[in-house]
Amino acid sequence: MLKTTIVLGLTLAIGQSAAPAGDAKNGKKLFAADGCYQCHGYEAQGAVPTGPRLGPKPLAFTQFSKLVRQPIGQMPPYTTKSLPDKDLADIYAFLQSLPAPPAPDAIAILK
Amino acid sequence: MRKPSIGRRRFLKQAAVTGAAVVAAGGASAAASQEAPALARPAPPGVPALPRESDPAPAVEVLTTDRPGGDFMVDVLKTLDLEYVAANPGSSFRGLHESLINHGGNRAPEFITCCHEESSVALAHGYFKVAGKPMATLAHGTVGLQHAAMAIYNAYCDRVPVYVIAGNSIDATQRRPGVEWDHSVQDAAALVRDFCKWDDLPISLQHFAESAVRAYKIAMTPPTMPVLIVADGGLQEDPIAPDAALRIPKLTMAAPPQGDSGAVAETARLLVAVDNPVIIAGRLARTPAGMSRLVELAELLQAPVVDQGERMNFPSRHALNHSDRARELVGGADVILGLELTDFWGTVDAYRDQLHRTSRPITKSGAKLVSITAGDLFGKSNYQDQQRYPEVDIAMAADAEATLPSLIEAVKRNITPDRKRVFEERGRTLAASRQRLLERARSEATFAWEASPISTARLSAELWAQIKDSDWALVSPIDFVSRWPMRLWSFDKPYQYIGASGGAGVGYGAPAAVGAALAHRKYGRLVVSIQADGDLMYAPGVLWTAAHHRIPMLSVMHNNRAYHQEVMHIQRMANRHQRGVTTAGIGTTIENPNIDYAGLAKSLGVHAEGPITDPKELGGALKRALDVVKRGEPALVDVVTQPR
Repeated sequence: MLKTTIVLGLTLAIGQSAAPAGDAKNGKKLFAADGCYQCHGYEAQGAVPTGPRLGPKPLAFTQFSKLVRQPIGQMPPYTTKSLPDKDLADIYAFLQSLPAPPAPDAIAILK
Repeated sequence: MRKPSIGRRRFLKQAAVTGAAVVAAGGASAAASQEAPALARPAPPGVPALPRESDPAPAVEVLTTDRPGGDFMVDVLKTLDLEYVAANPGSSFRGLHESLINHGGNRAPEFITCCHEESSVALAHGYFKVAGKPMATLAHGTVGLQHAAMAIYNAYCDRVPVYVIAGNSIDATQRRPGVEWDHSVQDAAALVRDFCKWDDLPISLQHFAESAVRAYKIAMTPPTMPVLIVADGGLQEDPIAPDAALRIPKLTMAAPPQGDSGAVAETARLLVAVDNPVIIAGRLARTPAGMSRLVELAELLQAPVVDQGERMNFPSRHALNHSDRARELVGGADVILGLELTDFWGTVDAYRDQLHRTSRPITKSGAKLVSITAGDLFGKSNYQDQQRYPEVDIAMAADAEATLPSLIEAVKRNITPDRKRVFEERGRTLAASRQRLLERARSEATFAWEASPISTARLSAELWAQIKDSDWALVSPIDFVSRWPMRLWSFDKPYQYIGASGGAGVGYGAPAAVGAALAHRKYGRLVVSIQADGDLMYAPGVLWTAAHHRIPMLSVMHNNRAYHQEVMHIQRMANRHQRGVTTAGIGTTIENPNIDYAGLAKSLGVHAEGPITDPKELGGALKRALDVVKRGEPALVDVVTQPR
């Protein structure tokens, strides 16, 4: 059990650190041009009827990539033919670059 | 089809009608549209024929009547408690129209002028969901009813009784050449019969009286739905015979059907016995009593409620409102009580829209499903709004709101002290969970808070800040703005929300909002609508109707510059085909140029501001617009927003 846990943990860690380098600025453009914004919003903030929030702090790249290429729910698939790996890396970089939101208590009209 | 036994526009040899005007035969002053009666000896051309002592008395043409049939029709309509009649004018109901505004004094019903028949029916649709009683609409012959058809379908799907009167000219020998033929039809109701509950073509005024009263009763008996009466032009315009013995029958409303006592008892037993009951409300709240009854049942059981948002079923911040956890609750439920669900199957099954469509139940093994719906009492088959067949364990063909009192009493009889203790513990757990849901909603709202286009969370929060201390009402659907109003605002009154279109026919939103605002007006409520841009473009003239009739309401544009649902559909197709993932905007977006909704609204007489793209400017713009609304006028703020 301990050995399995260590292996899994290493795999996850490798997954996180294995995210390819990407161009966040280009990723933001692609996020809009390739239609991701339609379900997730321009800031990847998510929308209840259409798609979850994707950033900041996106899923590990391996998991993220798998869900984009072979979605398990309603999301339409983005194969490498329609979204090359480099573009996906740029989009991921964009998601990682999203700033943290303000705290709800700091917003008067949300109290 | 029987020919009507009415005479139309006959030339009378004797003055049988009181107050008839008489026109001398012949003469150059005769109007072009009048046919002069034949003279015994025609005069030479250009020489006026002078009567001689021995000539017989000339035949006179009766051109007026003090008692057209339309007046009696109005007398009938006045017994039906119709406050308004909405219409775009049409010659096929010119007689009834004139009778309404003159004989009827343009009061009860008052004429609401619309620029499109789709608007007049949708206006009546929204009105009913606030007023709780129908509005009449008039549709012109063939073309008006064709325009109105989608709105009638929406009302049918949404179980709303719109009272439609269509003009027609059934006697072919009496039609004016040209247009009146284009606007005449053998069976006017055929166009919409598949989505009307009942229709009739009265061929006498007494027949009209009985059908008009019957139609109202049928429309208002659950399941409530649109009805159609065809008002023949001849009936409207011909004089009422002096010896006509007309009477208006008494309207007796049907008591709504309640669930079978055995089924109610078994349902109560189940709800009390299990650890995880879930109550799901669709179109439950038919009257204001619906909400209070559901609160009573839920609190008795300390059961979570999912409000599917088709009516104002349950207070949004109630500790037992767990609408945001619907999927999780359905998955863990032992018993699911569905109250007027449009789609029970879709509630308990997950459906996947991929290349190969699949579905699977999301309930756990052994979960019991109970359905109470008037939809089981009446339905039609051509249009498929009935959704997929649900496999339930108890099906009560009854009005859910009317059944709740007996169910509540049956639940009370079943509760023991032990069960009550279990319920109280469950209630505490649910209350804590509800608070976490609210906190999560507030936290999620902060993402993209400063974004441009403006987030729907920001839009909703800014609007709430402006209206929360007033007696407010939201008259627009919320799904397209990610349900933010329900997640952030506190809805606790039955009139604060009216659901959506029913049939998902786009174009419902703007006119329904105006109709709902009209119903709210006499109560002085502050009415707001989050208005989808694509929806408004179907018939924006309804904004003029709001201005003309001084209907105060604030329209806040949800301007995502697209028919966004269709953008996503095309994206899905492109991705599926591994091509063109960047072209989904072709044929679906509304930009280049961007529509100036503020300019459009101003042109229609509505105070307007925008487009607002900076969220920091939103609060001020909303406040200025609401100041206009509070003075009794409509206003619009164009806000450029995130898609959902």
